[in-house]
Amino acid sequence: MDTFVQQLINGLTIGSIYALIALGYTMVYGILRLINFAHGDIYMVGAYAGFILATSLGFASEPSAFGFVVTLVGSMAIAAAIGMAIERFAYRPVRKFSKMTTLITAIGMSLLIEYLFVFIFSGTPRSFPQLLPNSNITLFGNATISTSQILIFAVSILLMILLQWIIFKTKIGKAMRAVSFNINSAKLMGINTDFVIAFTFALGSALAAAGGVLTAQYNPKIEPLMGIMTGLKAFVAAVLGGIGNIPGAVLGGLLIGAAETLVVGYGSTIGIPSTYRDAVAFAILIIVLLVRPAGLLGSNVQEKV
Amino acid sequence: MTRVLLTITLVFSIFCSFACVQKGANTSTSTTTGDTIKVGVYGDLTGQTSSFGQSTKNGIELAVEEINAGGGVNGKKIQLVIEDDQGRPEQAKTVVSKLISQDKVQAVLGEVASTNSLAAAPVAQEAKIPMITPSSTNPKVTEVGDYISRVCFIDPFQGSVMAKFAANTLKAKTAAILGDVNSDYSKGLTQFFEEEFTKLGGKLVAKEAYTQTDPDFKGQLTKIRNLKPDVIYIPGYYGQVGIIAKQARELDMTMPLLGGDGWDSPEIWKLGGDSLKNTFISNHYSAENPAPEIQNFVKAYKAKFNVEPDSLAALAYDAAKVLADAIKRAGGTDSVKLKDAINSTKDFAGVTGKITIDKTRNAVKPAVVLELDPASSKLKFKETISPEGSAPAANTGSNTNTAAAANSNK
Repeated sequence: MDTFVQQLINGLTIGSIYALIALGYTMVYGILRLINFAHGDIYMVGAYAGFILATSLGFASEPSAFGFVVTLVGSMAIAAAIGMAIERFAYRPVRKFSKMTTLITAIGMSLLIEYLFVFIFSGTPRSFPQLLPNSNITLFGNATISTSQILIFAVSILLMILLQWIIFKTKIGKAMRAVSFNINSAKLMGINTDFVIAFTFALGSALAAAGGVLTAQYNPKIEPLMGIMTGLKAFVAAVLGGIGNIPGAVLGGLLIGAAETLVVGYGSTIGIPSTYRDAVAFAILIIVLLVRPAGLLGSNVQEKV
Repeated sequence: MTRVLLTITLVFSIFCSFACVQKGANTSTSTTTGDTIKVGVYGDLTGQTSSFGQSTKNGIELAVEEINAGGGVNGKKIQLVIEDDQGRPEQAKTVVSKLISQDKVQAVLGEVASTNSLAAAPVAQEAKIPMITPSSTNPKVTEVGDYISRVCFIDPFQGSVMAKFAANTLKAKTAAILGDVNSDYSKGLTQFFEEEFTKLGGKLVAKEAYTQTDPDFKGQLTKIRNLKPDVIYIPGYYGQVGIIAKQARELDMTMPLLGGDGWDSPEIWKLGGDSLKNTFISNHYSAENPAPEIQNFVKAYKAKFNVEPDSLAALAYDAAKVLADAIKRAGGTDSVKLKDAINSTKDFAGVTGKITIDKTRNAVKPAVVLELDPASSKLKFKETISPEGSAPAANTGSNTNTAAAANSNK
């Protein structure tokens, strides 16, 4: 029993990170019908921004809550600015063209960010400083949870509540919902769609950056290509939950994280080697696309023409 | 317009500030003069295991500096051509092809990771350019051909050393293995640890695997924890191992963790921290060894690079010295003569012990077991374990000076 609980905690930890990133995929898709493949790399950019802030502001030497908050918020702000810049200079000029053009631009952007970071920082992994003291808490039996895991859960939940509040209780949130419903009508109603789209990118990028910093607290090794696999899995999570659907992205993220950890833990009893954890996410993607293309929480309506 | 300009300035300043913290990039030497011997070096100067490549490069540079300062080899100076393979096998193959065909090097030194050496060795063999790997321990590397040799021991020995240490010194009855599924090095160590540990009466209770891109390792560790092994053998590289140790301790797993020379990097202290208490590795040499040749090397290395040399630096230093010695004995760099000279190296007194290249072009040397001490970020000498049926530890320059060493030798 405690082993299962332990595996579930392990899985939900990574799942929360996937969920944070998946939110960005899903929001951008909801508004632009664009799969922003560079989004996984923003998660990496966030981790590097946090690394630079923490080391240059001297938080690395002494763990403190203040240092963590400054690093987290600072890297979210930097990532938001970069996300907006990407939208402005890479996606807005091609927005009117075919879907294929924007998709290829997104893939190009992803490669550009990855190798720009390899160029700037070299491919050498850096070790992320421990910003908060880490300790273990025994729940029951053998099941333990570390404070860095609790931090991931707490910050993720907080950010998701904040996001929910922005979308449903603020004016800009209302505008986002309007734009995602029908961008042309929204424009006719006097909504500044360019601003709403830029804001969406900023929001999604900030969440991904938070995921990057939180992961780096849990697994203190960052490198320029760390966003590829994590980003792909978050994308699968968004599709699983129903792309365009915000609660779906969270559910999808948690499910993917739990599924891959349970495969590591119990896969061998049903003949799946533990190293197939990456394959699990993609198997889920294929099954979802075959069985329920709209995803778990996605509405099964025909796309508007 | 102002907004556009503002955005550009913002983005530009962010990237500039990123660029400022970047460490100096590596460049390869490429001046050509008449009276030099060109030696190619390839390694992972950037990438997942770049600390290995950097140490190796440093060790070779120190050796070459000393050789050139002493008048070179046969009156000729050695000139290094250094290439980065980013730790990727396909890249290793490409850069070695480039070193041989474009730079016309007369010998090649590298790589650390067996997977990368295995990718590049056929190129050197094909071109008949002698290649000495300082630290690739997988047996298959020198099986590629007679132009490929090494100055380190091989995995069967390294794997069995840790099995012996686990069974005899730590009195472990059960063990689990957590290996890197994509690394030839890790697979080799896993196999030979398992064989020896089982032979010594131990029981292997779990054999788990991870990949280098795994986001965490707690899934595998939780599974192992349930089986309560006395020790866990983790034959991997420092980048993952540091985090595995951290996560194992977070799961309240306090048993000793064992590993190989792939753990030996200053980076591991940053990644693993205090979790590295109660961990042991097999290695090529101990920087703590008071033997004068080792201490001289440690001192020279520290003076030049301001860090303690790890075993990869020591092996690289030895590899360059062995090559220079072979060039001297061959009377030049004729590839057949040079190859024969390298392969007939006998009792060469290196920092990592007396080096004798055997008929399979491996160096037969004892291994040391070191304990990791996170408090001082140092590797503490535990014991020496000799290969069976070969030279006893007493005639290996490096490891003769401790009572513990004498006791543990059979």
